[in-house]
Amino acid sequence: MSDLRFAKLVVLINSLVPLVLLLWDVYHKRVGPNPLEFATRTTGMLTLIFLSLTVAVTPLRKIFGINSLVKIRRMVGLFAFFYGALHLLTYVSFDRGFNLISVGQDVVRRPFILAGMTAFVLMVPLAITSTNKMVKRLGGKRWAQLHRLVYGAAIAGVVHFWMLVKSDIRLPLTFAFIVLFLLGFRLFVKYSPVPPSRANANPIPRE
Amino acid sequence: MVEKLKVTEKSVYMNRRLFMRTAVLAGTATASTLLYRRLNPPPAERTEGDKLATELKAPKEEAIKQGYAVSDALTPLDAITNYNNFYEFDTSKSGVAYAAKGFVTRPWAVAVEGLVNKPRVFDLDELLKFPLEERVYRLRCVEGWSMVIPWIGFPLHELLEKVEPTSAARYVAFQTLLDPERMPNQRTGVLDWPYVEGLRLDEAMHPLTIMATGLYGETLPPQDGAPIRLIVPWKYGFKSIKSVVKITLVADEPPTTWNIQAPDEYGFYSNVNPNVPHPRWSQATERRIGEYGRRDTLLFNGYAEQVAHLYQGMDLVKNF
Repeated sequence: MSDLRFAKLVVLINSLVPLVLLLWDVYHKRVGPNPLEFATRTTGMLTLIFLSLTVAVTPLRKIFGINSLVKIRRMVGLFAFFYGALHLLTYVSFDRGFNLISVGQDVVRRPFILAGMTAFVLMVPLAITSTNKMVKRLGGKRWAQLHRLVYGAAIAGVVHFWMLVKSDIRLPLTFAFIVLFLLGFRLFVKYSPVPPSRANANPIPRE
Repeated sequence: MVEKLKVTEKSVYMNRRLFMRTAVLAGTATASTLLYRRLNPPPAERTEGDKLATELKAPKEEAIKQGYAVSDALTPLDAITNYNNFYEFDTSKSGVAYAAKGFVTRPWAVAVEGLVNKPRVFDLDELLKFPLEERVYRLRCVEGWSMVIPWIGFPLHELLEKVEPTSAARYVAFQTLLDPERMPNQRTGVLDWPYVEGLRLDEAMHPLTIMATGLYGETLPPQDGAPIRLIVPWKYGFKSIKSVVKITLVADEPPTTWNIQAPDEYGFYSNVNPNVPHPRWSQATERRIGEYGRRDTLLFNGYAEQVAHLYQGMDLVKNF
């Protein structure tokens, strides 16, 4: 097994750990007095964690120069989508009893549901176009442009979490800081006036 | 011969590699498991309280008619003691039981003062001497979940009558203990400490309003507001202030913690009302802990017959 394949296996196993533990806890009825809230909260938190990890890949690559990280990004992103879908499912099934009209009303009436739904909807095209075939079909540049939607998903996800807490915003604040840092890093790199490594490489003559 | 020794044998190399990889897999998986367990702790072990004797007030049918009991199934003790909103200890509902473990409630005194003829400080033992009754009430949290809890306590009006409120007294203000040493989360700025609550005097004097000192036949567990707390069953749970140390009779509407925190979301009255949504969620339905699906939320939490007259002619949307 190559190192890359092994790295992917490590990521796969660790990404599945919370799912296995969640199912284990459900099976053994160790999910607290409000199992539905427990499942919703846990899957929601996992979605945010995996979304953050997905947008962390590029900054980590650039800061530490580990380019191969990009090869595990797809899997991490797909797990964000997977846990997001589970999160949505717990809400649509247990909370709304599969009543889609009620879901629609909720989306319109409650901004935090709208924010969460936005985050999920933004992840759908990314999951669909995650295959190698789709990258080829779209062309690398267009594919990369499309996949910037993940920034929107991460922001909407954090807003969704922030809006639903009653007063203790420490956890949503933490996620907000992480996501802002990771997105801010990109802006910094893009608009940084003098890229440090190329500062003297290509001097522009001035009059 | 020498040449051959320089190269590690392939099988040895592969074994070492396999060993390292297994270690990495096992190590990271263990770390992930521990992280998950930290975020989702199992329920805390409960310390048993002292037994409390209660007087039987009325036969069950009569009690149900008066609102002193409900026919709904009781919420299991385990749920009542592991699903708590008590921000003085922790903001996670499953974390309160851990953080409140070992909370010392003796000595404890409750000062009853303000616009009264006979202000007094009651020691906890004196309070436990009030004739204790069992009251099986619904508890509806503003977050949209509910429980049915067999409280033990005495009507608040019995306590207030002892201090003789003056004619100027129109409201009752309550205050929770302020002691960051014993209530560690008071070191954070999650809420304005100490927690304060208030009732109109007629609400406080209502026979359904009790000071609870126990539940399920035992003294209150710390996570449920030990050693003494208010219970107002027709209002959202946050009105039923925990671990009370001061009760003050006042002339004007007193400030209340959640109203200070978010005035547009939590009003002074905070009566359970399915028709007045919270700005961020509907209050039309609730999840009864232990049930799947959701059940309809009742006006005044099902106590309309007993308390609706208190709000006659009031706009309940405006006075949410």
